[in-house]
Amino acid sequence: MKTTTKLIASAAFSVFATVAAAETELTVYTAVEAEDLARYAEAFNEVHPDITINWVRDSTGIITAKLLAERDNPQADVIWGLAATSLLLLKSEGMLEAYAPEGVDKLDPKFVDAGDPPSWVGMDAWVAAVCYNTVEAEKNGLTPPTSWKDLTDAQYQGHVIMPNPNSSGTGFLDVSSWLQMFGEEDGWNFMDALHENIARYTHSGSKPCKLAAAGEIPIGISFAFRGAKSKAAGAPLEIIVPSEGVGWDMEATAIVAGTDDLEAAQKLVDFTVTREANEMYNSGYAVVAMPGVAKPVEHFPEGLLDAMIDNDFEFAANNRAAILKEWQSRYDGKSEPKN
Amino acid sequence: MSDISADKLPEGPIIKGKLSRDDVIMRLGMVVIALYLIATLVFPLWAMLSKSFSTYTFNLSAYELQVSDEAGDYSGEILTPAALNDKMQVLSETDLIAGSDSRMGLTQFFPDFSFRSPVMYQIRNTSETGRFLVGSELKTGTDWLELDSNTFRRVQLRPEKATGLGNFVSYFSTPALFNSIKNSLVIAVISTVVTVTLAFWFAYALNRSCMRFKGFFRLVAMAPILVPSLLPGIALVYLFGNQGMIKELLFGASIYGPIGIVIGSVFFTFPHAFIIISTALAISDGRLYEAAASLRSTPWRTFWTVTIPGARYGLISAAFVVFNLVITDFGLPKVIGGQFNVLAVDIYKQVIGQQNFEMGAVVSVVLVIPAIFAFAIDRLVQSKQVALLSARSVPYQPSPNAKTDRIFLIYCLLVAFFIVGILAVCQFAALIKFWPYDLSFSLTNYDFDRMDGGGWASYFNSIKLGLFTAVAGTCVVFFGAYLVEKSNGFRTGRALFQMFAMLPMAIPGMVLGLAYIFFFNNPANPLNVIYGTMAILVVCTVTHFYTVSHLTAVTALKQMDREFESVSASLKQPTLKLFGRVTVPVCLPAILDISIYLFVNAMTTVSAVVFLYSPKTSLASIAVLNMDDAGDIAPAAAMGMMIFYTNAAARVIHLLVSRGVLKRTQAWRSR
Repeated sequence: MKTTTKLIASAAFSVFATVAAAETELTVYTAVEAEDLARYAEAFNEVHPDITINWVRDSTGIITAKLLAERDNPQADVIWGLAATSLLLLKSEGMLEAYAPEGVDKLDPKFVDAGDPPSWVGMDAWVAAVCYNTVEAEKNGLTPPTSWKDLTDAQYQGHVIMPNPNSSGTGFLDVSSWLQMFGEEDGWNFMDALHENIARYTHSGSKPCKLAAAGEIPIGISFAFRGAKSKAAGAPLEIIVPSEGVGWDMEATAIVAGTDDLEAAQKLVDFTVTREANEMYNSGYAVVAMPGVAKPVEHFPEGLLDAMIDNDFEFAANNRAAILKEWQSRYDGKSEPKN
Repeated sequence: MSDISADKLPEGPIIKGKLSRDDVIMRLGMVVIALYLIATLVFPLWAMLSKSFSTYTFNLSAYELQVSDEAGDYSGEILTPAALNDKMQVLSETDLIAGSDSRMGLTQFFPDFSFRSPVMYQIRNTSETGRFLVGSELKTGTDWLELDSNTFRRVQLRPEKATGLGNFVSYFSTPALFNSIKNSLVIAVISTVVTVTLAFWFAYALNRSCMRFKGFFRLVAMAPILVPSLLPGIALVYLFGNQGMIKELLFGASIYGPIGIVIGSVFFTFPHAFIIISTALAISDGRLYEAAASLRSTPWRTFWTVTIPGARYGLISAAFVVFNLVITDFGLPKVIGGQFNVLAVDIYKQVIGQQNFEMGAVVSVVLVIPAIFAFAIDRLVQSKQVALLSARSVPYQPSPNAKTDRIFLIYCLLVAFFIVGILAVCQFAALIKFWPYDLSFSLTNYDFDRMDGGGWASYFNSIKLGLFTAVAGTCVVFFGAYLVEKSNGFRTGRALFQMFAMLPMAIPGMVLGLAYIFFFNNPANPLNVIYGTMAILVVCTVTHFYTVSHLTAVTALKQMDREFESVSASLKQPTLKLFGRVTVPVCLPAILDISIYLFVNAMTTVSAVVFLYSPKTSLASIAVLNMDDAGDIAPAAAMGMMIFYTNAAARVIHLLVSRGVLKRTQAWRSR
């Protein structure tokens, strides 16, 4: 009996002990790739060793969902590395604390929220691209596509894979860029044709490129960063930049309104706009918010920067629900798996 | 004097047993545990149900507009979008049903609108709660806001919260969603038929034949219980994917879809069906078979008239358990389902992908219906089960038959090959450096810290969760079962408690997890502090697996005569002392079973905790899911196999401990 009581007590204690930990800790929500997080925290702690970062990392959609779910009881102090489209959603819910970080004027204004003071500041851009597995494509007798429209060609039937915009930020930026580039009507016509060639839609944005890298499906609509990494890891990939232009989104930083420790949160956001931080983003992203910092990234496709469309984030955020609904009614679950 | 008859006797006082201190303590204990179940089950489900009725609609009469002429002068006429819509019929009633994230532009109400026009607009909310956006700035006040044409096109109305059936209406009018109901049912039915058939013959071979290696087959059959349900999906990708080892066997069909889900479901539900059917086949009256033989019945006829009727309750029960497992499973269809949508994945997509919590709640409600239905039938069937063995029964002894024994052995070998094969493929995949281009062995896939999903920390978190769940869960469940089984009187209370204890079995994990978000992440809830901690994961897991543990405890307790309580009372010993000194030691085997059951399930569960984990509490099973999601399939397989080895080790420890403990506490069972 006594041992049982002790067991319960100790279990209860250790369960609740995690709640009570207290020092300067910031809960930071992020969608940055897991392998970069430790590096980011380390760099920040060199400047502010007294502030511990607790990362909450998940894909863009999940983190956005978490933040919106926690609207009335925010758990996050800072968001460091979430799609600007998502931050616009949060801003329109009044969930962001506007703050102009020290040195924000040194950033490209395209990367800073238009509000005064800005509600969020951009870090770097991530850009859509097509991962093309040369070995498998040859086996299937495919010719490399050069444009989005090429992908609707019948030879690619069942050989293309893309993320589902309903669960992936990358998927949504593709769809939103097609609608912006081709116009509403032609955009949907294009997707109707593309749908005929899609093997299936994945839940995450990096999976199509990893599946292309593994030869599972030869052509993956994904993002350039992922492609470059897989290529560096030895996958027989070619990263194609479609000629019409490519959609992009930026990763951005914001303070969550109602944070317990505004001062520490501001320190963190101040850090995220420094040259040092921008150099850090550059190791994974070819485009960063501070002009003149970016160095070329290995295996990054050439001409990617020029191909980036003039992205209308407000259009993307404000039409998101309607676009997703339309997409779902057209493509989701209507088709049985092909090939 | 003699006319006093019996019916004239004065009424005696109603004799009411005096509540002893023990009774009070026991009732209090029961109330505490019942409150636990209410707080962790009933309230969250209620919160979810009410969420499914919480809709968003555009209230077009909540805004007022003024439009100027080209010179910028206003006529003073005040318009509302509602009036404009009545006039022009732009939108129908169903267009006004919205999600929490919906927006509506206003220019559609002005056919002459041009963003270059010098016309000015004024807009305001009619109440303080009104909301609209200009671009992405939220405007809530009731002051007039003047905008030029170019800015006016950026105005977006936001929907208002309302209550009603709107979500259900839009659910059933979305073909993609509605289709999932059909898909889920089809998959569940096919998987059930296949699994129950396979498991029946497997159990039959083990119980009714004289083939060899029965112990080995029994062990293998239980292996799938030790891994998360999505692991077979990963193995199937390696076997039958486009780069699969043996994809030719599918003759061009795709593994991504119903085929993959069914094969995977058969794998992970097999042990559940096997246990139930095996129990049903284990007991049978040998005299029936003797009678059949003496009546010259053919073996085939005997099989249909004796064996099947004897096992029918087990078969039905197994069928509904499998059906329930398949229809509520989320990991497997997510990994291998391709474009084949099912309800459980829809919940995930609605909540995680579209942040549409209301619709997630609606799909949950839809999913709960078949789950509760299957559960209710299962309970009904179980209550009908009567003892097949009477005191005069002679246990059936299978007699050797070289031919059938060999057939059964081959059959069992095939099934065992399937189970072991799936696990072996996962382990193989985990060790390959870069499938299919670099087939050298390496341990890079075990470098979890470089992948999504929480790294090695998530593995240790899972072990922690398993241990906490096993300890806390066993205490709560066993004590609760003791109170409900052994306390006196208080019938309604006990019946209610039984009902609460049975409920978790019928609630799919995803639904429970989502319900927990709604209930625990509400700042007005004092229990809110546990949100995002290990505690909520423990609570959720204990509740999720409460029913089976409870039933195990009740079965063990029923074997103990209630006289123990009477004796202890007459010896003036407090019940709690009896509980600690007698009941717990006697029931120790059952207690150990409960704790290993909770541990294994805590290690493998995905569905309930996928909505609840936080950075510090990411779990191994979730890491498998997330790594697969990111395309890191080999590391996902590696982590899945880590779970398998951990659970297998836990089982071995459980076996050793049980043996040691049994020797010490159960000596009285043998003379």
